[in-house]
Amino acid sequence: MTEKTKSFPDRVWDFFCSLKLTIILLLLLALTSIIGTLIQQNAPAADYIREYGQANYELFVKLQFIDMYHSTWFIGILALFSINLICCSIKNFPRAWKFYRAPMLVPGEGILKGSANQAEYKSKDSKQQVAERLSGLLRKEIGKTTLSEKEGKLYLFAQKGIYSRFGAYITHVSILIVMAGAIVGNIWGFKAYVNIVEGSEVNQVLSRNGTLPIDLGFTVRCDDFDVSYYPNSNRPKDYNSDLVVLENGQEMVRKRIEVNDPLTYKGITFYQSSYGPAGSAFFKVRVTDNASGETLEVNARQGQHVQLPNGYSFAVTNFTENDRNFGPAMQMHVNTPDGKHGAPFVVWQNFPQFDVKRGGVFSFALLGADQPQFTGLQVAKDPGVNIVWLGCFLMVFGSLSAFFFSHKRIWVCLEDEGSKTRIRVAGNAHRNQSGFSLAFDELQQKIEASIKNESRKEG
Amino acid sequence: MDSGLLFNLTTVAYFASMVLFFAYIATKNKTVALVATLTAFAGFLIQTGALGLRWYESYQILGEDGRAPLTNLYESVVFFAWSILLIYLLIDWKYKQRTIGAFVMPIALFSMLWAQMSLHSTIDPLVPALQSNWLTYHVITCFLGYAGFAVAFGVSIMYLLKIGKEEKHKGDGPIGGILGMFPSTRILDDLNYKAIMIGFPLLTLGIITGAAWANYAWGTYWSWDPKETWSLIVWFIYAAFIHARFTRGWVGRRAAWLSVFGFAATLFCYLGVNLVLSGLHSYGSA
Ligand code: HEM
Repeated sequence: MTEKTKSFPDRVWDFFCSLKLTIILLLLLALTSIIGTLIQQNAPAADYIREYGQANYELFVKLQFIDMYHSTWFIGILALFSINLICCSIKNFPRAWKFYRAPMLVPGEGILKGSANQAEYKSKDSKQQVAERLSGLLRKEIGKTTLSEKEGKLYLFAQKGIYSRFGAYITHVSILIVMAGAIVGNIWGFKAYVNIVEGSEVNQVLSRNGTLPIDLGFTVRCDDFDVSYYPNSNRPKDYNSDLVVLENGQEMVRKRIEVNDPLTYKGITFYQSSYGPAGSAFFKVRVTDNASGETLEVNARQGQHVQLPNGYSFAVTNFTENDRNFGPAMQMHVNTPDGKHGAPFVVWQNFPQFDVKRGGVFSFALLGADQPQFTGLQVAKDPGVNIVWLGCFLMVFGSLSAFFFSHKRIWVCLEDEGSKTRIRVAGNAHRNQSGFSLAFDELQQKIEASIKNESRKEG
Repeated sequence: MDSGLLFNLTTVAYFASMVLFFAYIATKNKTVALVATLTAFAGFLIQTGALGLRWYESYQILGEDGRAPLTNLYESVVFFAWSILLIYLLIDWKYKQRTIGAFVMPIALFSMLWAQMSLHSTIDPLVPALQSNWLTYHVITCFLGYAGFAVAFGVSIMYLLKIGKEEKHKGDGPIGGILGMFPSTRILDDLNYKAIMIGFPLLTLGIITGAAWANYAWGTYWSWDPKETWSLIVWFIYAAFIHARFTRGWVGRRAAWLSVFGFAATLFCYLGVNLVLSGLHSYGSA
């Protein structure tokens, strides 16, 4: 059938099946994906206007560049790509299946004469002798070999790697499975976050892209939050939250989560992602009257003035868990009785005697600090994720079997020619032609050697 | 002895090997080629030892927080060079096309020079987000994939040089000179494909392990951040390359160009995204 006589639906079908379309779509996806890496995605409008100007911002909105990976046109390319993939598989699969079900044991003249890889020899030995020898060789070099006879000629057929014919289909189906998993996750799952102050509980979380709270259907309490540091450094080593899941007031699960080790309950997973101070910190401070040596212990809240004897007062203004490797430290100042604001100074928890050297009216030691924290959790529910992993597994499995194995077929036709035997060998592989023809050259030499050797020995 | 010294030795070996490969092309002396290959192999062994030693050193410095040497820009560049050597030596072992060394060793050498001369090689403890075994799997698979593409790139350059000359060449005799030393365009084309065949499934695994890790750490296996997106761009380009083999009009020259663009995109994904764009990945701040 020539192009012109094809009906319109046939031409549409051919268009969707075409590999040229695949290449163009793949390169188009590659090119367009760049846009979203150059223009920041999903930022507030003001950011774009500041960076690119009002007119460009409006253009971006029109072209859907602000959220381009979810834009109609990008999804459109992906949809076209999927259709391409589906059509192509539907078109080609029956052929692969036929190779499997009904291997061509007897090649036509077309294959014997027209193959890119072919060879011809003569032997003094009989067809049967040659067949026996070559089938031994082919079994060793290729694999299972079938002998058949037709119209007085003997045929050998050997093949290897038939399963690799399906590798490409498995890979293609796997891509559709991954996309299906992503769609399932988008429809039935959610991405959210929540901040829980130590000691408190929540039963709702906030969607990451909207503002509507999502009901969890159970309660999560954070009993404690901790940051640990590497020794002698202020590099955080880990953030941990002690989480408890409650249903109807009953404790269901308890887990200390950390970054890279989340908690999952009823398909909803809680990931440690951030933290921060919640409300002002409390400090346990020991004050020593340097003149009398009298001490007293007081609790101070950050930013609050605490009265001292003789009209003095002090306030803690700042706190850090780790000050230049010296450990926890607070910044504070003392106010004189006439209300004068003293110079700020620092007191380290690990060096309680240190402040005496400052030589003020009072010296201070930090006995303990408690900064209530909130733990920041990412919350996700994704019922499609296992579908995605299944697709990924098939993708790796399929592409490996497609790449590292090819379906190779060798035919040998043996016929009488006077007193001699005419031997014709042809072979093909379903992919990687150039690689196969190198292998075929090698095989050819072995066949030649085998024919010559044996003839010489016997002759 | 410390790993830095061994890495310097590795660099010297790669340099020597590269010079020897050039000498081979100039002299056509097979012994030189063998020495060049053995030098490359020796460098690879030293580097393997150096990576092991650095791993051990991390336990000496950080105690129980020691880790595989795959976590900052310096370590990744060094590992990139190691991966290139691994893939190259495998391909050399299988196909014995010695001239390719002259086009692959420079990439490994430049990586080592860059790492040794201008990147910070201190062993720092990991921030919480990077403390995961997935990091190791992710880095190893990605970099072996990149290395496959690097070898394919070297071969593609040879292909493009040779095919240009062949097309201008008149008469039947084989072309002489340096290009005459190159494998035939048929073999180069095949090797390009072979190297990408190694690289592509590894990159696929690299993207998947990255996604698995992101899912485990943050609950999203894909968030379209620039690094992820660029790895997908690279993946698309090589997927196009793979399908180009089946389509008339896209084989040969165009396929070689796709391989060159693919490697350019790979380098951008690896370095450009962090140095030029911003993202979540850690090398940016290194
Ligand atoms: C990114 C998406 C894709 C990937 C990862 C992919 C992967 C593969 C792989 C690994 C092979 C085997 C290659 C080989 O045998 O050397 C292959 C072959 C093939 N692909 Fe794709 N593919 C993709 C998209 C497509 C699409 C959209 C089409 C639609 C037309 C398509 C059509 C084909 C065809 C016709 C073959 C040859 C099949 C055969 O050997 O009979 N591919 N693909």
